[in-house]
Amino acid sequence: MSALPPYASTGQRAWYYSFRVICGLIFFFLIAPIVVIIPLSFNAQDFFTFTPEMLRLDPEGFSLKHYRNFFGDDSWQTSMWNSLKIAPMATIVSVTFGTLAAIGLSQPHVPFRRAIMAILISPMIVPLIISAAGMYFFYSRIGLQGTYMGVVLAHAALGIPFVIITVTATLVGFDRSLTRAAANMGADPVTTFFRIQMPLIMPGVISGGLFAFITSFDEVVVVLFVGSAGQRTLPWQMFTGLREQISPTILAVATILVAISIMLLATVEMLRRRSERLRGMSPT
Amino acid sequence: MTDISQSGPMLAADGTPLKRSLARALRMQKLRALMLIAPLLLFILLTFILPVADMLYRSVDNRIVQDVLPRTIEALEDWDPGSNQLPEEAAFAALAADLKDAANAKTHTKVAKRLNYENPGIASVFRKSGRKVKKWDVENDGPYREKLIELNDGWGDVDLWKTIKTYSGVRTAGYFLNAVDMKLGADGAEVRPENERIYNTLLIRTMRMSLIITFSCILLGYPVAWLLANLPASKANLLLILVLLPFWTSLLVRTSAWKILLQQQGVINDTLVWIGLVDDANRLVLINNELGTIIAMTHILLPFMILPMYSVMQTINPTYMRAAKSMGATDWTAFWRVYFPQSVPGIGAGSILVFILAVGYYITPALVGGTKGTFISNLIAYHISTSGNWGLGAALGAILLAVVLLLYWVYDKIVGIDNVKLG
Repeated sequence: MSALPPYASTGQRAWYYSFRVICGLIFFFLIAPIVVIIPLSFNAQDFFTFTPEMLRLDPEGFSLKHYRNFFGDDSWQTSMWNSLKIAPMATIVSVTFGTLAAIGLSQPHVPFRRAIMAILISPMIVPLIISAAGMYFFYSRIGLQGTYMGVVLAHAALGIPFVIITVTATLVGFDRSLTRAAANMGADPVTTFFRIQMPLIMPGVISGGLFAFITSFDEVVVVLFVGSAGQRTLPWQMFTGLREQISPTILAVATILVAISIMLLATVEMLRRRSERLRGMSPT
Repeated sequence: MTDISQSGPMLAADGTPLKRSLARALRMQKLRALMLIAPLLLFILLTFILPVADMLYRSVDNRIVQDVLPRTIEALEDWDPGSNQLPEEAAFAALAADLKDAANAKTHTKVAKRLNYENPGIASVFRKSGRKVKKWDVENDGPYREKLIELNDGWGDVDLWKTIKTYSGVRTAGYFLNAVDMKLGADGAEVRPENERIYNTLLIRTMRMSLIITFSCILLGYPVAWLLANLPASKANLLLILVLLPFWTSLLVRTSAWKILLQQQGVINDTLVWIGLVDDANRLVLINNELGTIIAMTHILLPFMILPMYSVMQTINPTYMRAAKSMGATDWTAFWRVYFPQSVPGIGAGSILVFILAVGYYITPALVGGTKGTFISNLIAYHISTSGNWGLGAALGAILLAVVLLLYWVYDKIVGIDNVKLG
């Protein structure tokens, strides 16, 4: 499909182009809903659709009003800060434990590797509502329900599968003779880890961390159950906003979140390419 | 250094036999690996596995009846519920004593609530009597049979006693039977009357809609994955970003986008009216029904289908297709007989992943599903947070979890969890 051969028949030509159109439409379906909210968030009216002024590109039709609402409103601001307090802590916990375990898992001889892996990945697979309900009951029993610590621990557990997956993927291409060479030259295991292994697996660790961050930053179900009003996060605020009366401020929040996702995605892609280049796996 | 030419077992540098030395090194290696994994395993067990297991136990836990009404249950041991006769005076006396203690400890409402799930109406009998019985002198007032029935004629109903007897065990299958629209009668499980069946309908709807979503993902994902796998790497990487961006975008952003777009006064309806496809008076109802849930969830889960398909298709050697064509196959035959079978593992991996994720979805159905497009998860959330029937919520959760774990196991067998890729 990469190129249409010169001898292609009319039918083949027609199929070639219609296939591209179909793919284009699917890409449109994937991207359009996300892109369309960006201009809508600059709407001067409280509508969720394009006003005639906006379609005429009249400057009157656009404003930053919804952004002002977001930055001026106390409940939105508190929820944003709560999210920014919870997500980094959860990320640190999952990255620390996750990286250690991923290194352990990629050793050549690990007993029960498959079973351990299945357990560690399970938070990603178990439906969130079940995890949330379980944590709600259990954490209330041990006094963690409705506390900052409780939410951080819960989110850390949810982020761990992503760290494990990305870091083990980086370690697959790791050349063990490097650590052996370091040991041979007299480095102790700790020095070897920090000076040799760590810099090489760093891209994987960072992308895992970003995944864990976005998992916590986006998470609603668990925080609804495990958190209390004091841990009201941005997604929580959005969820209640969408459920009750939907305010156009949500469009501004959504646009900001899309911008954050684009930044995170760009970082992860850059790291992935760098890591592939370092390991000589880069596609042309 | 030992002399190499010497006979006997080969020795390591420190003089121990090499075999033992190697075994020790291997043991050390295994131990070190486990030591690295142990903290995380412990963490996951404590913060995740234990809570889930604890919740699952609630689905069979029935200690409350035993705890609050111990004497009554003992007195009812010899009573035959099949006789359709009220139990003896001893049972009534035991009940009065239990009820008095319970009312003082304020636990009688809890047991009333528990039994009310099985036999609606019991709660009020317990609650009303509890207040009065509190003042009785249990040692001397009697006989209780007449007294209790006089207090509330609910106690003269054999069905109430049957319910107490049926649910006297420490563990019960009652919640699970409720979750599949059955109930525990005096003589075993029975099917509920037709008008009381809701959970099966919802379970079937969840499965059906998840399947529809999975199929639409296959349908939309396959061409895209094919295009990505067959384009030069530089172009493919650029297009891949279009797939990854939705994947990285907040779930709530995507759901709210759909909620806004699909509204009757939303962008999609506006566009359709503008083109003239739809009359302004009868705009399409795209939200708060099954269709809304299916559209939004297909969009949300599509990247989970495309990525595994893409990684499988990347490994398919294009020369097979060329070979097939050179031997006279038409484009379609070459694709269907040669390419498609090789891409099936990708479809399988993506489908299982999408289905697992879809079956347990909560947020999107709750926001765009209305009443017709909700999933089993929404009902679990309702029972845990609103109705307070935790046992039933846990039983529904256990059923959902069983489905998901079964698929997880299949996924591990077919694809291997090590091979899950993220972008």
